[in-house]
Amino acid sequence: MNDIAIRVDHLGKQYRIGAQIDRYRTLRDSLVEWIKLPSRLLREGLTYNKETIWALRNVSFEVRKGEVLGVIGRNGAGKSTLLKILSRVTEPTEGYAEIHGRVGSLLEVGTGFHPELTGRENIYLNGAILGMKRNEINQKFDEIVDFSGVEKFIDTPVKRYSSGMYLRLAFAVAAHMEPEILVVDEVLAVGDAEFQRKCLGKMSAVASEGRTVLFVSHNMSAILRLTEETLVLEQGQLLIRAPSMEAVDFYLNSGLSQSGQRQWRTEEIPADSAPFVPIAIRIRNQQGEVVETVRSVEPFTIEVEYGLTAPVTGLRLGIYLLTAHGEPIFTSFDTDNPQIYEDYTIRSAGRYLSRCRMPADFLNEGRYLIGLNASSYRVRRYFQENHAMSFTVDGTGAPGKQWQETRLGPVRPRLAWEIKETLQ
Amino acid sequence: MSQTALSLKQKDELTLLRPSRGWSTLNLGDLWVYRELIYFLTWRDIKVRYKQTILGAAWAIIQPLVNMVVLTIIFGNLAKMSTEGIPRPIFTFTALLPWGLFSKALSDAGRSVLSSRSMITKIYFPRLIIPLSSVLGGVVDFVIQFFIMIAMMLYYQIMPTSAIWTLPFFILLALFTALGFGLWLSALNVLYRDVGYILPFLTQIWLLVTPVAYSAKEVPIKWQLIYALNPMVGVVEGFRWALLGTQNAPGPVLGISALISVVILVTGMYYFRRMERTFADMV
Repeated sequence: MNDIAIRVDHLGKQYRIGAQIDRYRTLRDSLVEWIKLPSRLLREGLTYNKETIWALRNVSFEVRKGEVLGVIGRNGAGKSTLLKILSRVTEPTEGYAEIHGRVGSLLEVGTGFHPELTGRENIYLNGAILGMKRNEINQKFDEIVDFSGVEKFIDTPVKRYSSGMYLRLAFAVAAHMEPEILVVDEVLAVGDAEFQRKCLGKMSAVASEGRTVLFVSHNMSAILRLTEETLVLEQGQLLIRAPSMEAVDFYLNSGLSQSGQRQWRTEEIPADSAPFVPIAIRIRNQQGEVVETVRSVEPFTIEVEYGLTAPVTGLRLGIYLLTAHGEPIFTSFDTDNPQIYEDYTIRSAGRYLSRCRMPADFLNEGRYLIGLNASSYRVRRYFQENHAMSFTVDGTGAPGKQWQETRLGPVRPRLAWEIKETLQ
Repeated sequence: MSQTALSLKQKDELTLLRPSRGWSTLNLGDLWVYRELIYFLTWRDIKVRYKQTILGAAWAIIQPLVNMVVLTIIFGNLAKMSTEGIPRPIFTFTALLPWGLFSKALSDAGRSVLSSRSMITKIYFPRLIIPLSSVLGGVVDFVIQFFIMIAMMLYYQIMPTSAIWTLPFFILLALFTALGFGLWLSALNVLYRDVGYILPFLTQIWLLVTPVAYSAKEVPIKWQLIYALNPMVGVVEGFRWALLGTQNAPGPVLGISALISVVILVTGMYYFRRMERTFADMV
């Protein structure tokens, strides 16, 4: 009849902000409300909307059958909300969406996995949760086990699995769903490089089979590799829809802060990051000015400002440096140094500044992304944002600048070369 | 091109996502499509329940037996209430059987939505499945306990009455009642975490207003109709009547119990359906 898989029309989702922090009302609050109910009903239209936020607003687009569409945007831009609506987890507040075909969603792998159950049992349970029929699971069982690479432990409770094994098994089940429309969120952000390669491989296989895929990721190279077109979301609005190359460039160049500083608005901070509260991340040049562009030949500083609402033990604040296409260059934590690690076993509540000095003659010219992570090793990850901000490195005066060519690679070190003429 | 043709051949399921207003339909057909999930979740609950316990499934037997001993001692030796001439242990156990099924189903169902929050916020399936499968999870314990019941009847040489065929009806009545209240409580629990604290008291008080440790005859006639508003009165008395042949043949009392149970179940389902659209945002 038609070849549209998904049609989204002026879709919007409103959340109550209060519900995020102060998670539930008590009976007492509500009793008081009931007493006030008659008057509240009269005023509701005026005051009710005050403490709400539109996580998504006025978003319209269409996806044709067999199309692989990417979705990018910062944390809190509305990507996850969009996927949650499309996979029927939550209802839109306004607008509508039309979906033609069975939807499978990979919002998080391992949903419904029970630690006490064995790998085999969890495959069946998880498969059923993902909407697979028992016959379907029976048929694909060997394939799933094979893909996960945990055949030796298939009758072991998954609580004894390493996190990698757990993840591989969970993804294996999810990857063997065969819905007409697949909705994927950030599956690739976890796991080791080998696993990520496997996931990407499976994703491109799915895409080439002609199924419709909606793919949310922070991994720009994955977006570029897998998708033809990409949506860029910002603060709940659809900024552009363009061929992926163009969309990624747009996102990297204008979607992110240009000022050399990124400040977090309250609504951008997930409720579960407490007691960690990110405030800002900045780039400062040698003179201490906040700048968007640093010179390759000068040292600069990456500075993270944050608050702790309660004392935290073993906190480590880290940055990831990534290329513009999202490939990691390095990871570094503020307590990498054993002495600092000893001195800051417990950080009391308060406001902090963690500074990292980057050496001169280190980065090549180009655009870079900084990711932020705050965690206590093996205890909890408080906060993570893979693309907190971006900045530019200017190559003037860098080694080899006498030639006008582009140099490959993210680093451009000034190395000590010598040339000797040797006697034959 | 061929792939497009292929996918068009499959029936083009259309799902419309839009804000819903007012009351929703029950949409029980959706429940049927997901029937295997009901099975797997029930199976998971049963499978997980006694893992990493020393005694395992023996707990299903120990709990009612200990209850029986305690209630027999207190109500028999201290309060000396009548048992209509039936040995007190089996008189109590016959009531503990449906009571155990009901109270476990009720408290599991009441907490079910909240404890499944990780699933609810990640994936779609008919939410009704959650309280439903936690109610069904207690049935296996019930079956195990039923064998104890048979053993006790052999020991006391009590023949079941010819009305034993009515038992499934009473079992269903207990399950429906538990599901009905479970639906209300689980949906309320999303709004008010108070429900989690109320549940233990609720089952405790409910046990006292159900003729488990005593006979319903102890309740004065003029209160009988009000007493029957508790559907578990009909269930427990029905069990005793069908298995032990007590005199309280189900009459108007049972009719009221059944009616209340159905009303709670139907309103519970509608209330649950009404509330479920906000579950993912609120749990």
